[in-house]
Amino acid sequence: MTTTKQTVTMTVDGAQYSDDVEPRLLLVQYLRERLGKTGTTVGCDTTNCGACTVLLDGESVKSCTMFAVQADGHEVVTVEGLAQNGELHPVQQAFHEHAALQCGYCTSGMIMQSVSLLNENPHPSQEEIRSGLEGNLCRCTGYQSIVEAVSAAAGEGDTQ
Amino acid sequence: MSVTSDSETTAEIGRRRLRKEDARLITGRNHYTDSMSRVGMLTLGMVRSPVAHAKITRLDVSAAKASPGVVDVLTGPDLADSQGSLPNAWPVTPDQKAPAHPAVAIDEVVFAGEIVAVVIARTAAQARDAIELVDVDYDDLPVVVDLEAAERDEELVHPDLGTNTSSVWVFDSASAGTGGDVQQAIADSDVVIERTLYQQRLIPSFMEPRSILVDPTGDRIEMWSATQIPHILRTMLSMTLGIPEGKLRVTAPDVGGGFGGKLEVTPEEVITVLAAQRTGKPCKYTETRSESLMGAHHGRAQVQRLKLSANKDGTVTGLDVRLLADMGAYLGLVGPGIPVLGAFMYNAIYKFPAYRFESKALFTDKVWTDAYRGAGRPEATFAIERMMDELAAELGMDPLEVRRKNWIKHDEFPFSTISGLEYDSGNYEAATDKALELFGYEELRAEQQRRRESNDPVQLGIGVSTYTEMCGLAPSRVLGSLDYGAGGWEYAQVRVLPTGHVEVVTGISPHGQGHETGFSQIVADRLGVPFDNVEILHGDTQVAQRGLDTYGSRSLTVGGMAVVAAADKVIAKAKVIAAHMLEASEDDIEFESGRFGVRGTDQGVALGDVALAAFAAHDLPDGIEASLDSDATFDPENFSFPHGSHLCAMEVDTETGQVTLRKYVCVDDIGTIINPLLVEGQVQGGLAQGIAQALFEEAVYDDAGTLVSGSFVDYLVPSAADLPSFITDTTTTPATSNVLGVKGVGEAGTIASTPAIVNGVLDAIRHLGVKDVRMPCSPSTVWAAIHDAGSGATAEAPNVQTARGDQS
Ligand code: FES
Ligand code: FES
Repeated sequence: MTTTKQTVTMTVDGAQYSDDVEPRLLLVQYLRERLGKTGTTVGCDTTNCGACTVLLDGESVKSCTMFAVQADGHEVVTVEGLAQNGELHPVQQAFHEHAALQCGYCTSGMIMQSVSLLNENPHPSQEEIRSGLEGNLCRCTGYQSIVEAVSAAAGEGDTQ
Repeated sequence: MSVTSDSETTAEIGRRRLRKEDARLITGRNHYTDSMSRVGMLTLGMVRSPVAHAKITRLDVSAAKASPGVVDVLTGPDLADSQGSLPNAWPVTPDQKAPAHPAVAIDEVVFAGEIVAVVIARTAAQARDAIELVDVDYDDLPVVVDLEAAERDEELVHPDLGTNTSSVWVFDSASAGTGGDVQQAIADSDVVIERTLYQQRLIPSFMEPRSILVDPTGDRIEMWSATQIPHILRTMLSMTLGIPEGKLRVTAPDVGGGFGGKLEVTPEEVITVLAAQRTGKPCKYTETRSESLMGAHHGRAQVQRLKLSANKDGTVTGLDVRLLADMGAYLGLVGPGIPVLGAFMYNAIYKFPAYRFESKALFTDKVWTDAYRGAGRPEATFAIERMMDELAAELGMDPLEVRRKNWIKHDEFPFSTISGLEYDSGNYEAATDKALELFGYEELRAEQQRRRESNDPVQLGIGVSTYTEMCGLAPSRVLGSLDYGAGGWEYAQVRVLPTGHVEVVTGISPHGQGHETGFSQIVADRLGVPFDNVEILHGDTQVAQRGLDTYGSRSLTVGGMAVVAAADKVIAKAKVIAAHMLEASEDDIEFESGRFGVRGTDQGVALGDVALAAFAAHDLPDGIEASLDSDATFDPENFSFPHGSHLCAMEVDTETGQVTLRKYVCVDDIGTIINPLLVEGQVQGGLAQGIAQALFEEAVYDDAGTLVSGSFVDYLVPSAADLPSFITDTTTTPATSNVLGVKGVGEAGTIASTPAIVNGVLDAIRHLGVKDVRMPCSPSTVWAAIHDAGSGATAEAPNVQTARGDQS
């Protein structure tokens, strides 16, 4: 199968990248295989698990559902770009303090989805958090600790 | 030794320590297999059979071989001489029938998803393209899907075996001398409850798809795999492929969950090694989710035919279990042993006077079954807890009253059970009382009564389950008596470095449980060193040279005890050196809080000083070897027996069949708690999986043997929106069979929650005439059960596996 490559240019975690890619290359493959950003994981092939969630211009997207070329000209933030100046993002900190992870495989996606959720709704109820995380599956935690972490991170936002 | 900390002590054990593991996982610096690559690495793609049972009449790989980037395409015949047969380590009976299990099918496929060819290409995209070009013709053969049909032997999965029955395993209390004759008990009893219960097929559904990387360069083969069992895998691979074990290094780096699903020697692992050997290049294979759902082993899948006899006052007199266990098309690593493990748990926490268990392991044209969280014990607990509820209903008794009547009382421990186990400790009264208090049982019963009387379309159900399990697999001699191919000991090494830091090597291989944190706490207490100065190393056969890995809640109970044993040896050695350094008699040396002191004086040396002296070795006592380290293996004397009581309340909409979980309370007794945070995580996650079996998940095959629930669209792993918050608590009755007093917690939530939920659903609708609901209790299933009961039709759900109707 021969395909013409296209050039994509995007900012990922604050750095600019420009690469020639096949049009069928998924954004998550581009991030993992070309940029070495393996913090974003892949759990399914049906856009159901949310493990691959990243922020595109501040909003959460499942990077397994987008082609890299669709992100051309956009800004992407992955879990690897979340901590600033060596300080964990409040959501990352809350995930640690509330033991919101076990194997960690869903965690990058969960954190990114939570960040996006709190951007949209800084004071979500437990029910809103649960429905906001509906597209992200975790097999280890039973979600309770994740919901608590997001609540706590929301409270954290209050004080800032 | 300091065990628990209720005061201002500095004890680590019992402390709510945040996890060491988190730092890398929350920042994306994880180390999962698929995140790794090697220079010149090739990628594998699997060609899988779309049909369940067929002869392969033509397999043409020429176009695929000519496809861009393709290095080679391997077929079953290509590998016939080198691939061996995948191992089954648990021949439960001497006459067990076990078909050869090729990694790549040779001329016949026996389940949909079986691998028929392997593409080796430069990139994953090229491998995917080439898979499409492999041309296979299949000549269909009869397909055996239903377990009860399999038992009838009308069509055979492996015609050359002449039957679908692989083995029949029996335990009879009368012949074992542990109890009476069950047929007699049934004949003599006032009531006999008879039920056939179905344990649907489940898919472990770890979030990280399986991934394997093999580097054959250099003179050794190095493998990274998303596995729970790097040590067992190394031994089994070397036995299967004839690679000298010392030439094979297996590493399980960060592993994204397992739940038994990665307790396997997989065809994909064998294939990746063979591909790497043939090409001489690093090869990697990472499955897609669809491949994982159809090709990684499933769990549960049993039909349980049960008879429970009792007297009018609710005293149980006997239990007869006849089990059909779906092995799938092949025997997995420990598959046949799973119903056998369950056999020991049907008597649960009760004093049964007569018991007989018989399981038939049957072949079907489906992917094989093997361990899944709890492995055998959830199935057993489900059966007995459902039957205790049926007995209560029959006698008009409260379900908890029936249980109290039959359970082993606190003052009766240690207790020898009818299945031949010795329960060391337990307090079912305390756990149940605490659960009842947290739950508010009486008020909920009153509300239930009101809803019934007012014919509320939304009824309230209260579900109960009490349980015990056997953890800490296992005393090696017990495993030997059950014909398991290996032991149940564990290995550890403790090294005090010259800087005073401590490295601990363990043979267990965690995949999310937080062992780095829990083990650090144990060692910090034992050696009196700071928590942060302890480093736990695991999951690499070159680092932990021995080990039997992680499954069956054995990590703390067996692995933790090996660490304690190694630490104690280090202390003993250090004591000799300290005595020498202090010019004192060894008998006068006391070790406390990381320091060796001379009794009655203020003289002493810290552990780190001893380590430095042992490292420098300038002046060691005669006969003492340099360096302060020691290793140990630990083989438990007995299993451990955590237990608990689970209570739940749910609303059941009788018009739609929708079940909405309102409250879930559990009190588990897991003995000494090392870290409450880790315990809560394990319990909550376990509850989610057990509830998922009761309400959501099922691996559904159609009549042609095609997996209908072949993606996360149809296989319903619950999301945050599907589950409530849980109220979890503990009581503590330390295990007496290990010095830490730990019992294990990984499976508790899963084991107890499934029957609690189904009992609750039935409790809500039993007054409508419903006697049973099959799992998963989806809206359509529950609605049909209510409808059928009302219309006078049979209350038992239809005996066919159908796709879940509520998906559309
Ligand atoms: S990998 Fe993107 S949603 Fe599952
Ligand atoms: S932490 Fe393992 S899947 Fe979420």
